[in-house]
Amino acid sequence: MQYLRQVWTIAAKDLRSELRTKEALNASLSFALVILLLFSFAFDPTAEMTREISGGLLWLVFAFAGALLLNRSFARELENDCLDVLVTSPVPASALFLGKALANWVLLLGIEAVCLPVFGVFYNVDWARQPGWLALVLLLATWGITVIGTMFSALTVNLRLRELMLPMLVYPMLIPCLMAAMQLTTALVAGQAPEGDQLAWLRMLAGFDIIFTALSVALVETVLIG
Amino acid sequence: MREKILYVVGALAALLLARNIWAMLTGLPDEAFQGAIFRIIFFHVPAAFTCFLLFFVALTASVSYLKTGRMQWDSLAVSATEAGLAFGAANLVSGMIWARIIWGIWWTWDWRLTSMLVCWLLYAGYLVLRRAVEEPAQRARLSAVLSILSFTVVPFVFFSIKWFRTQHPQPVLYGEGKMDAAYRAMLYGNWVPLLMIAALLVAVRMRQERRLRELDALRREAHAF
Amino acid sequence: MTALAVENVWKYYGDFPALRGIHFAAERGACVALLGRNGAGKTTLLRILAGLSKPSRGAVRVLGQDCLSAEVRRATGMLGHGIGIYDELSAYENLRLFAALYGLPDAHRAAMEWLERTGLERVRDGLVREFSRGMRQRLAVARAFLHKPSLLLLDEPFTALDDRAIALLQGLLRESLASGATIVMSTHQLREALELATHVVLIVKGRLAHAGERTAAMVDDPGYLYRTYGEA
Repeated sequence: MQYLRQVWTIAAKDLRSELRTKEALNASLSFALVILLLFSFAFDPTAEMTREISGGLLWLVFAFAGALLLNRSFARELENDCLDVLVTSPVPASALFLGKALANWVLLLGIEAVCLPVFGVFYNVDWARQPGWLALVLLLATWGITVIGTMFSALTVNLRLRELMLPMLVYPMLIPCLMAAMQLTTALVAGQAPEGDQLAWLRMLAGFDIIFTALSVALVETVLIG
Repeated sequence: MREKILYVVGALAALLLARNIWAMLTGLPDEAFQGAIFRIIFFHVPAAFTCFLLFFVALTASVSYLKTGRMQWDSLAVSATEAGLAFGAANLVSGMIWARIIWGIWWTWDWRLTSMLVCWLLYAGYLVLRRAVEEPAQRARLSAVLSILSFTVVPFVFFSIKWFRTQHPQPVLYGEGKMDAAYRAMLYGNWVPLLMIAALLVAVRMRQERRLRELDALRREAHAF
Repeated sequence: MTALAVENVWKYYGDFPALRGIHFAAERGACVALLGRNGAGKTTLLRILAGLSKPSRGAVRVLGQDCLSAEVRRATGMLGHGIGIYDELSAYENLRLFAALYGLPDAHRAAMEWLERTGLERVRDGLVREFSRGMRQRLAVARAFLHKPSLLLLDEPFTALDDRAIALLQGLLRESLASGATIVMSTHQLREALELATHVVLIVKGRLAHAGERTAAMVDDPGYLYRTYGEA
């Protein structure tokens, strides 16, 4: 119980900090919108083609924008040596990690909520055909991205060249999660409820989330305490 | 003494390879559909096996390092990963050569090549991380965690990419495309010298790591005081 | 049970030993001045005491429990080089946060109390970003003492403090000592430290050169310690 309260305290602090300054949020959101715009120049897709690539395009945008947001997750604690204070405190490293992941998840979902209608307007995509399933996919896949991103933010927090390295490390690890999300989203946009193959993707996504959350929770203390 | 053993292993591996290549070229008949180039499979497939075996060794070494804190495990982890990347690259390049000759294209996004590429990038990231950390214990600790995360994602990579349509030939060691017994024997047979080369590479690299650690300790001592 | 027991602590960075067999103990109400040249290992030792780093060999026990446990963390307060407070939160929000993290039953009351004690109650809702340096230092001190720690770890606390903050800190340290806390303070400001200290520990090149009570000779002539036990 106390553990959950600690997770919540950390999450609330991160959310309050970010919502007050909005630095990472703005950068991430602008980046997402600019990429959406640029993709239109790269492809000039027909209506049918758009439906086929919608899932892929959407999750590429979310992955790039998400990376921008997640990078800062632990790095922002370095100012004023706040990270040391957090680690010294009785809050376990895993609670620190989960609290930050939770805050990041909420922020990333917020960015996605803004991008979806914009994407829908720019590319004439109707996202509302299977809203329930789409919401589930968004929640699960975003959690996957968040967990990996937050974990790597912790891993690289004390390193110089952190910003340069993070994309190289994070994206390959996200590939299974992103692929599942892309497949599922493309099918959902076409109006099909998941069945057969799609359910397999959904199960894989859930499995990915569970396994990497567990692994991160187990390993984050090793990463933060030298 | 240890050096002598390494030389002997190297010589044996070279001999075995020479013998295998000779057998491949003279003993085995050409494959029905693909012709002479099919022999590349005797390097292409064992290289992939060796690559993942080495990544598994790196995983065990990483876990051992985290448990015991002894730097020898870190040396093994980095050596095995580097050797694994070498064999992975061999698999990718031989695959590309094969694809060019058989299908006329250098690259295809079939599931095996793509998965291997993703795994290669994953572990290349391991080396990138190591370069960014100067302090040896911190470097060992962080890269051990990365090694564990990377190995965990490997099965996910394979499953997810495989569920796409594939252009790669059917599996040759099991299932319908099963190879002739002689071919299979050569494939496993050629794995032996490759494993010996892998062990050699790892051993040489580990010795290098040990010297680097000594140098680093001396340098720190000199600078500190 | 000893309040603080550092038991044969070694710390390796790779193959290089930054700390070699540090062994000393401190009782309740003791103030240990941790002395040594730059690079001797003071900060490394403090980080281990704070639970930020694990010793390669040996252990640190506080009242019998390992210093990495949650109970000990709850009783430890730290003032490091950085101030350890959030610029984008207000003074009140900062203290409230840390009170919650340390599991204080009434976070609001604790935060308000310490805002008053450090003279910051009028700017409680101001963002720390807008504070003067002196105000930030006082808030940092509040953060460190908020949960009434029984083990206080300070890394060169008097550097960069203005006189108001120094007076505040010295008062709080005396008060904590009187109520039985143990203090370990690494410092270059020999005079201020030695005035408060009851014991001194001198670290030379990672080794324990001297651990003992503070004597009058040390206070009168701070260089005495280095000359007698370490390099000049």
